[in-house]
Amino acid sequence: MAIKVDRRRLCAVAAVAFAALSQRARAADASVRIDNFTFTPATLNVKPGAVVSWTNEDDIPHSIVAADGKFHSPALDTGNAFSFTLTEPGAYAYYCGLHPHMKGTIIVAL
Amino acid sequence: MINDENGVDRRGALECMLWAGAGALWTISGGVPHSSALLGVAEAKAQATAGFSFVQISDSHIGFKQAANPNPLATLQEAIDKIGGLPNKPAFMIHTGDISHLSKPEQFDDAEKVISNAKLDVHYVPGEHDIVDEGRGADYMERFGKRLEAKGAGWYSFDHAGTHFVGLVNVADLKAGGMGSLGPEQLAWLAEDLKPKSGSTPIVLFAHIPLWTVYGDWGWGTDDATQALGLVKRFGSVTVLNGHIHQIMQKIEGAVTFHTARSTAFPQPAPGSAPSPGPLKVPEDKLRSVLGVASISVKKGAQPLAITDSELAKA
Repeated sequence: MAIKVDRRRLCAVAAVAFAALSQRARAADASVRIDNFTFTPATLNVKPGAVVSWTNEDDIPHSIVAADGKFHSPALDTGNAFSFTLTEPGAYAYYCGLHPHMKGTIIVAL
Repeated sequence: MINDENGVDRRGALECMLWAGAGALWTISGGVPHSSALLGVAEAKAQATAGFSFVQISDSHIGFKQAANPNPLATLQEAIDKIGGLPNKPAFMIHTGDISHLSKPEQFDDAEKVISNAKLDVHYVPGEHDIVDEGRGADYMERFGKRLEAKGAGWYSFDHAGTHFVGLVNVADLKAGGMGSLGPEQLAWLAEDLKPKSGSTPIVLFAHIPLWTVYGDWGWGTDDATQALGLVKRFGSVTVLNGHIHQIMQKIEGAVTFHTARSTAFPQPAPGSAPSPGPLKVPEDKLRSVLGVASISVKKGAQPLAITDSELAKA
C-alpha cells in the first residue's frame, strides 16, 4: 500500500518537474532587452506560439504595452522581466507605457 | 524670448525663486529673470506683505534606489527642511508628480509622511511613475485625487487669494510614439473651468510633463498642450509649472512663463547630452547642488493685498 502511494507521488513529482523544465526551455524562445530607454532588438521575429520575454536592464522602470491592447505588462523595475506568448501571425507594435516614445515590434511569422 | 510689449506690465508680477543645496536663488519679476543673492530678511518681509508665496517640489521618486541616489527619502526630507527654513511660510505646496517610483503603497506612505513635516497643504498631480499600480491610477486617485476633489485621472482647480490654480494630468493614456497628453475630456473640463474667470485673474497651470516641447526625442513635451495654452491666451498672467525632466528649464512667451523644477531625488541629463534621459549620476558631494525646490511669490501690485504669514515655519 505505502509503496503504491509513493510511486504515484513520484510520478506526480516527475510530471510537475518535467512540465517546469519544459516551461523553462520555452521561456527562452526570444528576448528583448531594455536599456537606455531602448528596446533591443527594435524588431524581433518569432514563430507563432513563441514566448517573448522582455527584461529591463535600465536604471529606470519601463512597461510593455501593445498598441492594439493585446498585452500590458506591469511596470518593470530594474531586473524584472515580462513574458507573453503570441500565437497569431502578424506584426505587433508595442511601446513603453511610461515613456511612449520608446517603441518596438514583434513580427510573428511561420 | 522676453516680450514686454509696451513696458506696462499688465500682468501681476510673478516671482519665482529657486535654490538648491548650494543656496543659489533667482527671481523672475515682470517676466524678466534676475539672479540675486539669497533674500535678506527685510526684503523677504516686504514680499510677504505684497502677495503670497507657495512652493513647488517635484519628482521625489520614493522607492528609487539606484546609484544616482540610493536614498531619495533622505533628500526629500532635506528639501522639506529647506522649506521649513524659509523666512516667509509658503501658503501651500504643489507637487508636480512622480511622488513615488513605482506607485507602491509603502512608497506613497513614506513620501506623504516626510512631506507632512512641512505642515503645508499639498496639491499633487501625478507623474507617470504614480499610475503604474494594477488599477493604472486608481490607487493615486484613492489616496490623493479624492481629497483634492479631482476629476478623471486627477485634474482639478482651486483658488488662492485671487489666483486660479489648475492641476492637470498629462501622463494618463499615453499613446505609442507620443509625448505627454491631456486628452479631450480634460481639455473640455479646462475650458469650462476657466470660463467664469476674468482675464485679469492670474492663472497657474501645473502638470508633470512640460506643457511645451523641451525635447521631443525624449518625449519631453505634451502633444495637445497648444489647446490648453489657447484656452489661457486671454489671461494677462499665466504661469506654467512642470517637473518630469529633473532640471530647471524656462521660457517666457508673451504673458506666459514656463518653468520646470528640479527633482528632490536625482538629476537627469540636459537634452541631447546623453544617450537617454535616465538618472544622471553625479559625484556624491555635488548631488545636493542639483536637487532642489522652487518658491513662487505672487505680487498684487496696487490691488488689495493678500497677507502672507511671515513667521518662520520649521518642519
